[in-house]
Amino acid sequence: MSVSHVLSQLRSLEAESIHIIREVVAEMQRPCLLFSGGKDSIVMLHLAVKAFAPARVPFPIMHVDTGLNFPSVLDCRDRWVDRLGVQMVVASVQDAIDRGLVREEPNGSRNRIQTPVLLEAAEKQGFDALFGGGRRDEEKARAKERVFSFRDDFGQWDPKNQRPEIWSLYNGRVHQGESIRVFPLSNWTELDIWSYIEAEAIDIPDLYFAAEREVVDRSGMLFAVNEFTPLRDGEQAQVRSVRYRTVGDANLTAAVESAAGTLREIVDEVAAVRLTERGATRGDDKVSEAAMEDRKKEGYF
Amino acid sequence: MTTLTEPADAPEVQRTADLLRFATAGSVDDGKSTLIGRLLYDSKSIFADQLESVERVSKDRGNDYADLSLLTDGLRAEREQGITIDVAYRYFATPRRKFIIADTPGHIQYTRNMVTGASTADVALILVDARKGVLEQSRRHAYLATLLGVPHVVVCVNKMDLVDWSEDVYEAIRAEFSDFAARLRVPDLSFIPISALAGDNVVHRSENMPWFDGSPLLSHLERLHVASDRNLVDVRFPVQYVIRPQSHDARDYRGYAGTVASGVMKPGDRVLALPSGLETTIASIETAEGPVDEAFPPMSVTVRLADEIDLSRGDMLCRPANTPTVTQDLDAQVCWMDESVPLTVGRKYAIKHTTRWARAMVKDIAYRIDVNSGHREEGPAEIRLNEIARVQLRVTQPLFVDPYQANRQTGAFILVDEATNKTVAAGMIGSPAHGH
Repeated sequence: MSVSHVLSQLRSLEAESIHIIREVVAEMQRPCLLFSGGKDSIVMLHLAVKAFAPARVPFPIMHVDTGLNFPSVLDCRDRWVDRLGVQMVVASVQDAIDRGLVREEPNGSRNRIQTPVLLEAAEKQGFDALFGGGRRDEEKARAKERVFSFRDDFGQWDPKNQRPEIWSLYNGRVHQGESIRVFPLSNWTELDIWSYIEAEAIDIPDLYFAAEREVVDRSGMLFAVNEFTPLRDGEQAQVRSVRYRTVGDANLTAAVESAAGTLREIVDEVAAVRLTERGATRGDDKVSEAAMEDRKKEGYF
Repeated sequence: MTTLTEPADAPEVQRTADLLRFATAGSVDDGKSTLIGRLLYDSKSIFADQLESVERVSKDRGNDYADLSLLTDGLRAEREQGITIDVAYRYFATPRRKFIIADTPGHIQYTRNMVTGASTADVALILVDARKGVLEQSRRHAYLATLLGVPHVVVCVNKMDLVDWSEDVYEAIRAEFSDFAARLRVPDLSFIPISALAGDNVVHRSENMPWFDGSPLLSHLERLHVASDRNLVDVRFPVQYVIRPQSHDARDYRGYAGTVASGVMKPGDRVLALPSGLETTIASIETAEGPVDEAFPPMSVTVRLADEIDLSRGDMLCRPANTPTVTQDLDAQVCWMDESVPLTVGRKYAIKHTTRWARAMVKDIAYRIDVNSGHREEGPAEIRLNEIARVQLRVTQPLFVDPYQANRQTGAFILVDEATNKTVAAGMIGSPAHGH
């Protein structure tokens, strides 16, 4: 292909993401990468490694720890940190609850209360640019967000007042206290992410692979039976071959039935599925049509 | 030495398919949202839960059919006001290509968004309502596409079902559009009669228009040859970041990271560094996977040089016999994007060109361009939101520029308001896009 000087779509996306990551490091004072241990933030970190090789990744990563993590996600996170020798900041939601900064929501979701914790940690550390793994194909509000997304003093996003983003001339200029969220994976789709993980043999949590797991069926959503989602009275557990398409809070993220035990099988499955990943597995997004738009305005990822 | 190729184990689709970016322009009335919905739907890029949501809302509103335009309605603020306020990006793929759609609203006040969407587009898709013919808005879209250097323009004559699939109607629109597009010098112009609502000639060939012997829209987009649109002649490598590992085993390493703006670079090539004017040789071109045989746009690579020369972010590598213009005086067309403060002579802005920031002062506003007619209005006092003008700028330090029509990377810049930090203008250097 290089004879005709055409870059494949994965290499084009990779090149664009690397350009964005380098631009942030060149222009911002103190960037940080938001790392959840999920596949998108892992791909983003993988791209950051590529952007600066053979030097180390020149910024810390931050994990907003809801205290509701799947253990295999934390294991994977720690493998990445050890391997790269990057500095990791952990912002604990549990700690913030204990301090009274945020209050537990009645439905047990810590999705929304992550935001103040994230903003507090970012302010304390003086981060003026936060890399996020958001993709525009995920959701309607994200489809309209910039790659360099300006946030005011309160970390808020104003969809009606976004900076025009022309060519690849990104504008990260901010005043004291303001910041930029940067989304290097904006133009990737879920299928692109999986194809890339396969092509590059990227280390991800084993939850993404299908295995026989003990699950309980709640209104059509399959939840693994574990310390976060114990069986309720009258419920029956069953063993099924399932995997996770996203890894959010362990108490709210459902698994999907799947036989895909290898990356190739996952890619084939994702290419054929008929539900968006958030629609399929995230209880927290079903609240309203505009759920993501509202959370983003408050300063969510 | 290895050649940078596609990831070896990528699935067939991803390994052979390339990326095509297209911008759509039109108002809701043109059926633009319906067309995009149709492309996504017929190419099976819509998920069941998205379709379910569209069907539910359509039913709530008392529609007889699933309103595919709802797929592209983004923010609640827009749904409430029934308008599109911003550029939305959408994605779909076929076995041949991955497509990125920059979906921009077509109202006059959103020239800003159309410029944004068109800036990176390989193709501009312009919708014309078969019943209404070529409107002022159609001309504006074509003008902006040309101004932004979009190499291919595809005119979809939509709602053919409402004119009885008439070849005469289609031909009349085609003739009128071609006539004025000739004056704009659109490099590649094509026409397709469609019905976005019924799906004719969008993904599937229309049985209602046997007189049309061209391809349906999707096949046309899949086959468009865009590789030759990129400038592979003029080597321009803006240095983005200098990589200097702080470790013992790589202490002497110094690599210049950046994205190839244009041209093809190879190890062993003589290069000239700007602004220093020093010459050296490319020792190697590297990626995280190791050295590569060549680099071309839009690859992100790291270049290592044979000699240690002074080179940092904002500088540029080129070939000694093929250099950009080094100048502090810019003659450019700018699209003004700020709603509150107009552009006026004497004002100073921050300017970003490739990887270099400087300050720029407006020396003169030569004329304002009427984007509907292409006419010039000489000597305006100020330029307001969504207006386009030809201006002269004086920059605090030399920039390394090419005419925009020859190079979309080194011919482009943005202006940023130094007080608000907002991006206030898109600028295109050099000769105007049209033939006036």
